[in-house]
Amino acid sequence: MSTVTDTQVRSEEKIRVTRSRRNVAWTGLVAIVVIVVLALFPYIVYSGTTTIMVQAFIVLTMSSMWNLLAGYAGLVSVGQQAFVGLGAYFVLILAINGISPFAALPVAAVACGVASLPLWWLVSRLRSGYFAIATWVLAATVMLIIERFSSIGGGTGLPLPGFTGWDPTLLTAYTYWAGLAVTVLALAGTYLLLRGRLGLVLTAIRDDEVAARSSGARVGLARMLVFVVAAVGCGAAGAVLAISQLQVQPAAVFSVQWTAIMAFVVIIGGLGTIEGPILGTVVYMVLQQTLASYNAWYLIILGLVAIVVALFARRGLWGLVDDHLHVRLFPVGYWLWTPDSAGRRGSKGFGRRSRRAGRPA
Amino acid sequence: MNAPRPGNGTPLLEVRDLVVHHGQLRALDRVSLRVFPGEVYAIIGANGAGKSTLLRTIAGLHQPTEGAILYDGKDMTKVRPERRATAGIVMVPEGRRLFGSLTVEENLQVGATYARKGAWTIERVYELFGWMSERRTQRTAQLSGGEQQSVAIGRALVANPRVLLLDELSLGLAPVVVQRIYAMLPQILATGLTVLLVEQDVSQALRVASHLQCLLEGHTTLEGRPSDVTPAQVEAAYFGLGPEAPEQDEEGSEP
Amino acid sequence: MAWVNAIIQGILTGGLYALFACGLSLMFGVMKVVNLAHGDLAIFGGYIALGVIAVTHVPVLWSFLIVVPIMAALGYVMQRTMIQASLDRSVLTTLLVTFGLSVVIENGLLQFVNADSHSLGIGNSIITKSFSIGSQIQIAYLLVLIFAVAVAVLLGLQYFLSSSRYGRMIRAVADDREAAQLSGVDYRHVFGIAAAIAFGTVALAGIAYGMYSQFAPTTGTDTILLFAFAAVVIGGLGSLWGTLLGGVVLGVAQQLGAQINISYEVLAGYLVLLAVLVFRPQGLTARKAES
Repeated sequence: MSTVTDTQVRSEEKIRVTRSRRNVAWTGLVAIVVIVVLALFPYIVYSGTTTIMVQAFIVLTMSSMWNLLAGYAGLVSVGQQAFVGLGAYFVLILAINGISPFAALPVAAVACGVASLPLWWLVSRLRSGYFAIATWVLAATVMLIIERFSSIGGGTGLPLPGFTGWDPTLLTAYTYWAGLAVTVLALAGTYLLLRGRLGLVLTAIRDDEVAARSSGARVGLARMLVFVVAAVGCGAAGAVLAISQLQVQPAAVFSVQWTAIMAFVVIIGGLGTIEGPILGTVVYMVLQQTLASYNAWYLIILGLVAIVVALFARRGLWGLVDDHLHVRLFPVGYWLWTPDSAGRRGSKGFGRRSRRAGRPA
Repeated sequence: MNAPRPGNGTPLLEVRDLVVHHGQLRALDRVSLRVFPGEVYAIIGANGAGKSTLLRTIAGLHQPTEGAILYDGKDMTKVRPERRATAGIVMVPEGRRLFGSLTVEENLQVGATYARKGAWTIERVYELFGWMSERRTQRTAQLSGGEQQSVAIGRALVANPRVLLLDELSLGLAPVVVQRIYAMLPQILATGLTVLLVEQDVSQALRVASHLQCLLEGHTTLEGRPSDVTPAQVEAAYFGLGPEAPEQDEEGSEP
Repeated sequence: MAWVNAIIQGILTGGLYALFACGLSLMFGVMKVVNLAHGDLAIFGGYIALGVIAVTHVPVLWSFLIVVPIMAALGYVMQRTMIQASLDRSVLTTLLVTFGLSVVIENGLLQFVNADSHSLGIGNSIITKSFSIGSQIQIAYLLVLIFAVAVAVLLGLQYFLSSSRYGRMIRAVADDREAAQLSGVDYRHVFGIAAAIAFGTVALAGIAYGMYSQFAPTTGTDTILLFAFAAVVIGGLGSLWGTLLGGVVLGVAQQLGAQINISYEVLAGYLVLLAVLVFRPQGLTARKAES
């Protein structure tokens, strides 16, 4: 009947599969230009601006990690502050023992990755809501344990050693570059990770976990990998935080507020997209700078906006942009070009979630 | 069972050109039917034909993409499922779907919560199914398949529906159990109910139905009275074999 | 003997924790919602009580008569609007929305009240006193009262769920939402009732906490939410009395930890929770392991 004929005809025509709709080599070029310009900031702008930029870098890194967890692996963690704090404390411990905090940064990040393994073992079997609170409990527990050690400041914390005699402007510049490097690595790493096999597995899990499992996808392994990567990223952000604050206080670095910021930035910017956290961070920084003197307000507004976005604009700000402009700065999906489709993205309900655009095969 | 259908008069339940989708899949393709009071209307068809989808849409658990559902002449297409139940369209869902942590009696009590006035009470259900009264305090998860099916039917009956929807009663039950359950049908009909049922077991359906409709891949391939169709026609309609399956018109006369 | 005192204190505190936990357990059992704002709602209730007392000068002990209905009504409305909307979308959305709510409530309180700790105080009646058994055991009447209230609430809830029409509907909807719809039950309304009960009990718990101790805007998340969660998990989901058991185990663990070193109190509780999550995630009262 008619169905058989269509398939026969189709298979004889050429079908191309590409990674992106337009030639995005120019996007890569723009990205490099942006990074170079940003790297030059300490030479061009006042140190007040670079300090704000460092804050943005910290938030952007953390948000990208939370997005990886929640938007791609489906893990809503309310305990990422555990790794932020651990990253800060690892730097502190190394600095106390004579290692330069900047050199300690990568070590701290990796150490967080290692530390995340036993923590993953504790919570990996739990489902969504339970997982969320369990990670919260873990973070609180980690903080309570760390506070027991007076050698690293106990409940009040310690200033960060290792910068005596440094020129303040130079310190600010180095801090800025450290933050920039961490952010670039975080974003690039996320992009490469998702573009590869892991990205496919995660998308499959997101769409239908049972089917993914029976197709051979190592679901548990994929999730663990994401958890570890997120720990490394948040740890690195925590390390930058310690360096920028020049002190490490448990209540500040282990605060659940970090998760709140991560989550809201991601929701508002766009869950499940790499571009989303960038947009969300911009919104956050604008809010924070304009309302800085009004303390709790920016969190109230951020929270309310996040709730509204979560309910009514599920794909966030970037989703709105994406819907209208069909732009993807970080192409991790596929485009299917058949002779009669001219690269159409397919129906609205089909293209996004499965990340496979084009005609239904 | 083979009485002529009222040619005019409002059907109690009517479905007009129903189109239902499951995501991108078109599960029902312009299906229509009319059920008149007192009938036992059976819908048969193979797996995936769309039978349960049809019943679930009538009950309100699915929203159709196109088409209308009329009850006693009134458009019910946008009405929520719980309101349809209180209006008199009550379904016994596929797989029984009893409240597992509740007892037999509690299941019936839930069914009776928003019941209409009528002949059916919990006590009357106990009379219909002799064994039930003794086991009324048992949790339904401990009952056998056939017993659970009886409780599910009882739960629907105590609501005093006008149209009783039965979705795949025979699923997972031994034939002798199925027969015993269908044997209750006359007593149910005697209280003025109308029954619309979906059944995979064709011979069972033919035995109890006063009117028949066969679905295949979402559209109607046969419709008529059991006495007016031959087994060959039913088989052809069920499996979708060739053009030998004529569509019957409502008076049941041969083409 | 100091250890015996610790155990007794722990048992009695367990009542308070059970009072916190039963609302969380109910919302999860019926609607599969983990309400991350649960702790903050308790504190919110406490602040409402503060306000009500300031305006109406009603004795602290009777403030719940006004506050609990207000919070219950709030619960019904929030469930029918915000939480139902998020449920209709996905589990993820529900977590995000309740988390957002938690942050908004906390920071709203910080902004509009202040960051200081408040206490409801307990007036001048006998419950300010405590009684002694021997020289090492001292039991505050207030704590006994709170334990008694917790048991009473749990008994009331149990009776409500097992014997009343709405209780049956709640259990039915929790078992199978669609089948309940087919029996004429509007599950959104039933969810609303469950949320109203959850908000009401947590407000009561917040008032009790405010009488027993001090609260600040962040107490909801610092203390209450995680303790409530711990009580539910340790005791086992699906059992009201399991929640009491879980609360008691938590309380005892904390007090014993405090005996070793005062700063180990909270940590001890979390460690017990983590142990349960790893070795017996279904809790102490559940019969078989769930995957």
